[in-house]
Amino acid sequence: MTSQDASKKFPRLQMAFRGTPIPTEPGQSVGAALVAAGILGWRSTRKGGRPRGLFCGIGVCFDCLITIDGVPDQRACLIPAADGMRLADDAHDEEDDDVRPA
Amino acid sequence: MSGPHDVAVVGAGPAGLAAAVEAAEAGLAVALIDAAGQPGGQYWRHYDETHPRRDDHVGQHGWQTFTGLRERLHALRDTGRIHYLPGHQVWLITRDETGAFTLQMTGVVTRSERSLVARALILCAGGYDRQLPVPGWDLPGVMAAGGVQALVKGHRTLAGKRAVVAGTGPFLLPVATGLARSGATVAAVVEANDTLGWLRDPFGAVSSPAKGGEAVQYAAAMARRRIPYRTRTAVREILGDRRVEGVRVAKVDRDGRPVGPEREIAADLVAFGWGFTPSLELPLMLGVETRKDVDGSLVVVVDGLQRSSVESVYVAGEGTGVGGAALAVDEGRLSALALAASLRPISLRPTSLGPTTASAEIPRLQRRILRARRFAAAMHRTYPVPRAWTEWLSESTLVCRCEEVSYGELHRAHDDLGAEDPRTLKMLARPGMGWCQGRVCGFATAGIAACLSRRETTSEDLRALSTRSFAAPVALGELAELADDMTSGDATEDLM
Amino acid sequence: MSADLVIVGAGVVGAAGAYFASLAGLRVVVVERGAIAGGTSSAGEGNLLVSDKEAGPELDLALYSQQVWRDDLAEYAGLWEFEAKGGLVVAGSERSLAALRELSVHQRRSGVEVRDVAQAELRDYEPHLSPELTGAAYYPQDAQVQPMLVVAHLLRLARERGAQVRTHTEVVGFLRDGDRVTGVRTVRGDIPAGAVLNAAGTWAGGVAEFAGVRVPVLPRRGFILVTQPMPPRTIRHKVYAAEYVGDVASSDAALQTSPVVEGTASGTILIGSSRERVGFDRTVSVPAISALAAKAIALFPMLRQVRAMRTYLGFRPYCPDHLPVIGPDPRAPGLWHACGHEGAGIGLSAGTGKLIAHAVTGEKPDLDLTPFAPDRFQDAEEALH
Repeated sequence: MTSQDASKKFPRLQMAFRGTPIPTEPGQSVGAALVAAGILGWRSTRKGGRPRGLFCGIGVCFDCLITIDGVPDQRACLIPAADGMRLADDAHDEEDDDVRPA
Repeated sequence: MSGPHDVAVVGAGPAGLAAAVEAAEAGLAVALIDAAGQPGGQYWRHYDETHPRRDDHVGQHGWQTFTGLRERLHALRDTGRIHYLPGHQVWLITRDETGAFTLQMTGVVTRSERSLVARALILCAGGYDRQLPVPGWDLPGVMAAGGVQALVKGHRTLAGKRAVVAGTGPFLLPVATGLARSGATVAAVVEANDTLGWLRDPFGAVSSPAKGGEAVQYAAAMARRRIPYRTRTAVREILGDRRVEGVRVAKVDRDGRPVGPEREIAADLVAFGWGFTPSLELPLMLGVETRKDVDGSLVVVVDGLQRSSVESVYVAGEGTGVGGAALAVDEGRLSALALAASLRPISLRPTSLGPTTASAEIPRLQRRILRARRFAAAMHRTYPVPRAWTEWLSESTLVCRCEEVSYGELHRAHDDLGAEDPRTLKMLARPGMGWCQGRVCGFATAGIAACLSRRETTSEDLRALSTRSFAAPVALGELAELADDMTSGDATEDLM
Repeated sequence: MSADLVIVGAGVVGAAGAYFASLAGLRVVVVERGAIAGGTSSAGEGNLLVSDKEAGPELDLALYSQQVWRDDLAEYAGLWEFEAKGGLVVAGSERSLAALRELSVHQRRSGVEVRDVAQAELRDYEPHLSPELTGAAYYPQDAQVQPMLVVAHLLRLARERGAQVRTHTEVVGFLRDGDRVTGVRTVRGDIPAGAVLNAAGTWAGGVAEFAGVRVPVLPRRGFILVTQPMPPRTIRHKVYAAEYVGDVASSDAALQTSPVVEGTASGTILIGSSRERVGFDRTVSVPAISALAAKAIALFPMLRQVRAMRTYLGFRPYCPDHLPVIGPDPRAPGLWHACGHEGAGIGLSAGTGKLIAHAVTGEKPDLDLTPFAPDRFQDAEEALH
């Protein structure tokens, strides 16, 4: 969906993170759009279950891994945001047949 | 597979861009490989060029230098003299009997080419923010200063509303002013060192008046935006539960030991930078000689023509010592001119500069590089990583974010298990074994290993944590495709 | 100071020797030219295998070693991530499955537990296995440890019993009394000793030369790919292809690769194995690692998307007859060897250490050491001439 707000130079695009709409602009990264929407953490660590999001912001640290359209472990800081992207913690979040603890 | 190219330039930041266009204009067949989708590197990071805005260059330094290089790049690409591969990451370089290099590549999003062959290399991989662990530094809302800057410049995104910019070095200033210009409140710039120090090294400071002028501009911008600049101060702890809520800071002595009363500053964003770590995966993979630089970073040893100890491997920019964009451009140009001169007799070279100009240009660049190096060294001496930084750590402070290894675990691996050096520490406690392969915690782990053994960090310590078999993760499927290229002698086809 | 036993090499075999010798009351000094676990001990997967061995002395040693890991060292198992995960040897064709069944008949006779796994059962063992496989054999005794932790803890336990570990102390020669070896010369001084154990792994040939004796240990290079961390139990057993057994036993110098895939406690998946005799060349071989990736994907198609974070290589200490060298050297009394375990050193170390400790203290070892005699190669070479 795109809004046709005349005051905006660019069409507003939209992604979804766990069902929440995330507005974005062409040229923004997935990670930037999430941060702009106030979502700072989107992954939990394996050992401590600690929340993680952007850290280095330039593709070095892999803290910002995210599942995009079912493809796991993408670096949110590097992947350009696109209209209709579905973002999730991991590949199984979106599969109905796989129930796992949050 | 493309090539053989005369030279493959890796990285399209200031050094790589300059090297690639200079080499191509000197008549060499050039491949330019860059992980980013558009040129500029971290220094000239800018918004998506297909959606430009008039003010995208605001806050950029040397922007005209960049646009000039970019125009030349586009022209050379269009005439086929530079084979430009943006969005590609080199994960392995091997060398055959003839001395030719094969570069294996993976795509950041997609990939158009699997590998290429080149007779020489100019490696300009740049660097990233150096980090020191501190309690709470893995909370969302804590970011590398360069990452915060990248969000502002590359994504028109503010990472928070109220920021603390902390660590050491002149780079904290543009990050703070950039945030303020974009509408964030900068609660404080927390600088561990005493910035008057660099005036004590007049020889270094006066060697680059342009740089000195840049610092004055930032100072003025800080004052104009009323950003508090707290020197001899360090962040002791990040406060917050699931995200950053503030920082606890304290006055420190010149070694970084807390001396003054502590205070809390509310913030939802903390940007950390303790100088820079050069990306050395590729040169180290090729076995180049390295040394520990004035700032404590591992860097490649190069001669007066940017040549490393390995034949036909040139290194330019931060990889030879952190020194900023202007120096990187000069080093990139010098490496290209030196390589071109080594491949063809000067008088026969069809270069835009003309033979006489080119031969005069090399010594001129060498003089400028020497001057800029002196200035960089003076800066590094002014903004050192505080000697006593490991005393900030508590047993539970995470050192390795990927594998979630605490300082206490490193301590025990040393005391109980005999891990006396970084490599053994890594094998027994796993710092640097996760996704980032020690890129973030490597410097800190080397420092901790040395400190636990009561000695100074050596270049061997740093090298153990900077050497990586692959320069980037690669999908097993992509790796398997290379097997199709091989004529292997093994007869194990029984399986499938 | 003097020692009852000086052990040359702080790898897994030296560490096991130090532990069992100090347990037996010997004053032990371990000398190591680099850091602990710096050689082949840190370059493998940490396998404790019986499945890959044909009936014979090496299998006997492997079964004995299994007992030592599970009984003598049971209380420490958690320290080094001991996991009795079991091995699954899979076949890709009817022919290969028949060969696998044939091998298991002989192995059972030697005391190996083997369960035949039909094609239909494969996915109960490993949900991600390729449906094209024809069947497998399951070996419940196969286990895994984190080998660097084994070395570090065995040395720590030895130190607690009075042993000394001296790293960065390279041996440059032996102290001699006639033919007799009476200690070591190191870069940090001499250490007189009642006995000296050469546990220098792939570099043991060089140490033996200091005593003027030949122990033909050669390097056989291998690569391992390490993937990104995966969810727990993605791959549950040590899974490898039936042809692996043949590759291990072969003496070909050219590159051989057979897929060996297993998970680790830290979530990474390790992918081996390659074999080639290229000296101590440390350059990454694209033919080797790409073949490993291709063959691992053939076993587990889901690995195609999984990323490799790094690769590492090691040099297996290889003897021409694929058997280790364990026991006293009659050519240089006072010198003992425990080396040449090829790719099985982690698994065989515990047994080797206990056998050596018994033998050095004059007890009768639990296993006959004759097949591992250090001077057996000389006899063979003389017979050839």
